[in-house]
Amino acid sequence: MNRIDQTLANLAEQGRKALVAYVVAGDPDLDTTVPLLHDLVAAGTDIIELGVAFSDPSAEGPIIQRAHERALANRVGLRQIFAMLTEFRRTDPHTPVVLMGYANPIEWLGLDAFAAAAAEAGADGALTVDLPPEEAAPLDHALRTHGLHNVFLLAPTTSPPRLHRIAQMASGFLYYVSLKGVTGAATLDIAAVEARLAAIRAASRLPVCVGFGIKDAESARAVARLADGVVIGSALVERLAQADSPEQGRAAVRRFLAEIRTALDS
Amino acid sequence: MNADSPAPAFDLDPLDAPLTSQPEPPLRPAPPDTVNFAQAPDAQGRFGNYGGRYVSETLIHALDQLEQIYAQLKNDPAFRAEMERDLTHYVGRPSPLYLAEHLTAQTGGAKIYLKREDLLHTGAHKINNTIGQALLARHTGKRRVIAETGAGQHGVATATIAARLGLECVVYMGAEDVRRQAANVYRMQLLGATVVPVTAGSRTLKDALNEALRDWVSNVDSTFYIIGTAAGPHPYPQLVRDFQSVIGREARAQCLEREGRLPDALLACVGGGSNAIGFFHPFLSDADVDLIGVEAGGLGLTTGQHAAPLSAGKPGVLHGNKTYLMADADGQISATHSVSAGLDYPGVGPEHAWLKDLGRVDYVAVTDDEALAAFRQLSRVEGIIPALESSHALAYATRMAADMDPQKILLVNLSGRGDKDMDTVRSIDGLATPTIPTEQP
Repeated sequence: MNRIDQTLANLAEQGRKALVAYVVAGDPDLDTTVPLLHDLVAAGTDIIELGVAFSDPSAEGPIIQRAHERALANRVGLRQIFAMLTEFRRTDPHTPVVLMGYANPIEWLGLDAFAAAAAEAGADGALTVDLPPEEAAPLDHALRTHGLHNVFLLAPTTSPPRLHRIAQMASGFLYYVSLKGVTGAATLDIAAVEARLAAIRAASRLPVCVGFGIKDAESARAVARLADGVVIGSALVERLAQADSPEQGRAAVRRFLAEIRTALDS
Repeated sequence: MNADSPAPAFDLDPLDAPLTSQPEPPLRPAPPDTVNFAQAPDAQGRFGNYGGRYVSETLIHALDQLEQIYAQLKNDPAFRAEMERDLTHYVGRPSPLYLAEHLTAQTGGAKIYLKREDLLHTGAHKINNTIGQALLARHTGKRRVIAETGAGQHGVATATIAARLGLECVVYMGAEDVRRQAANVYRMQLLGATVVPVTAGSRTLKDALNEALRDWVSNVDSTFYIIGTAAGPHPYPQLVRDFQSVIGREARAQCLEREGRLPDALLACVGGGSNAIGFFHPFLSDADVDLIGVEAGGLGLTTGQHAAPLSAGKPGVLHGNKTYLMADADGQISATHSVSAGLDYPGVGPEHAWLKDLGRVDYVAVTDDEALAAFRQLSRVEGIIPALESSHALAYATRMAADMDPQKILLVNLSGRGDKDMDTVRSIDGLATPTIPTEQP
């Protein structure tokens, strides 16, 4: 069984919500990533979204854009990321990891080569921001061949017919983008999220995680009442960026995630 | 189109295939003699394996909307009439087809005609497309338009039409381009637009496009994105091609009228490729007309310092479409180089990628130095200062013409005028002229 399914099933059984944490591989430096991933888990993360840096991250706000730029300055590519993941898996065989990025690095490597290497390294799924269902079929096929999930985004602008189409293609979980904007944008409207989640639940039995605009314990708790999980990205990346050293950044991330975990479990 | 009829200012082709699902296109396109060029793109926005809609989910709804509105309006008589009226009385169409006799004499070969898009309002072909998209924007009811720009020509054309239609206009421009093209920044501001310098990434056109996409995703309900080149997610490559095809339709009719026959070859510069696709498209089914797209060879293809994805790149995904790109071994998009800001882009419109694979269009590259030589030559012998972009097509045309029979006919799309390039060329001249004193460190 895929680690994502196992983890989400366990959480559902316990009546708990998933904490999904996003960091960019290679940010702030190459050596910090693997210890940071272990920190995320120790602080209560259930699913890791490992960001694959891209030169043109057009769906990201400034905080995550800068993280992509720092990672690329450290010369991180998919090969380095697979090596990091392999190292992470030596001591963590359980925590699901989703590779989140853009289509071109995957196209460049080759869809099947990507899926094979990702599975080999211990990834559990991929979320490719610029591959909506219309364009996802070839990668989807490669991922399934290697036992990986294809995680899709749903947006406030997704029409009901599209919602059904995406629900049919998706596996693992659905990622609802809670606002019209880029990552790290303004605060979210809980009432609007609630209305949309009802429609999503009617279309799919997959767990739904909500991201974009969740920046503190309060917003995490509010979203967790409605969703199966919350995704924290920019708020983590910003703490890493603002720290004086990678070690202090890791400590800040651990403290912050522990607060979120407490909020989700309360 | 009937050879004797005047070229209509707007495409009269029937609607594209309906929006129903179709089987996946074959992996290899059919050979050119069986390709129906008028049918591309398909319902998924694909030109063979290229094009499509590689954007985040949030934007799909807006693209669907745009596709529907365009399908509705493209054959609407009132919309066409308005478009034709604007192209005639505001833009200054038709643009002349000028026989460059002195250039032809100096080259000593085929006759060289210039399609004078440089004479249009705002000084380049870009206005053909911004007029069309701004009219679409008005029909959507959105009161705010955004655009990306490299050299500033598309930004100026967008700011121009936004001023005339009373739309709020925001133009994203790489910080490096803002510095290189200060005069165009001021033109846009005079026209009432807000110019936002983009400091992310390489600070050029590709980063401006990223920032425009971010704006659009954040303001999708109120904002219409006017893309300047025949790239981006479907239906933009099709829209831009259709709006720019007026260039080729006019040129075809003008050549028939002047010469009684079709030309032997057409040449146009290719950055994103909007002037080239508009020029070529009405000739795609004329198998005897050679089509040549000229990319920016920069310092030379072997140096890596160029902007020639069709000549030296490979297929990938950027800015919403699958096409030829320049990227490193990890698939990270490369920084490009060209003396002309308008060609300084690592991708190219997806229809060009398809036409390359089909072998219908030959894509070649010309260096900065060759383009500058052509720029100077045309200025001196014809009294026409061309844009540095268009100078790439001119450079290859004179090289080709020299080896051709004088009965042969070449048409070059002179896509823009060179006024915007004065600072660039002056600084190149300044650096090259030893009599100008330099500051001691």
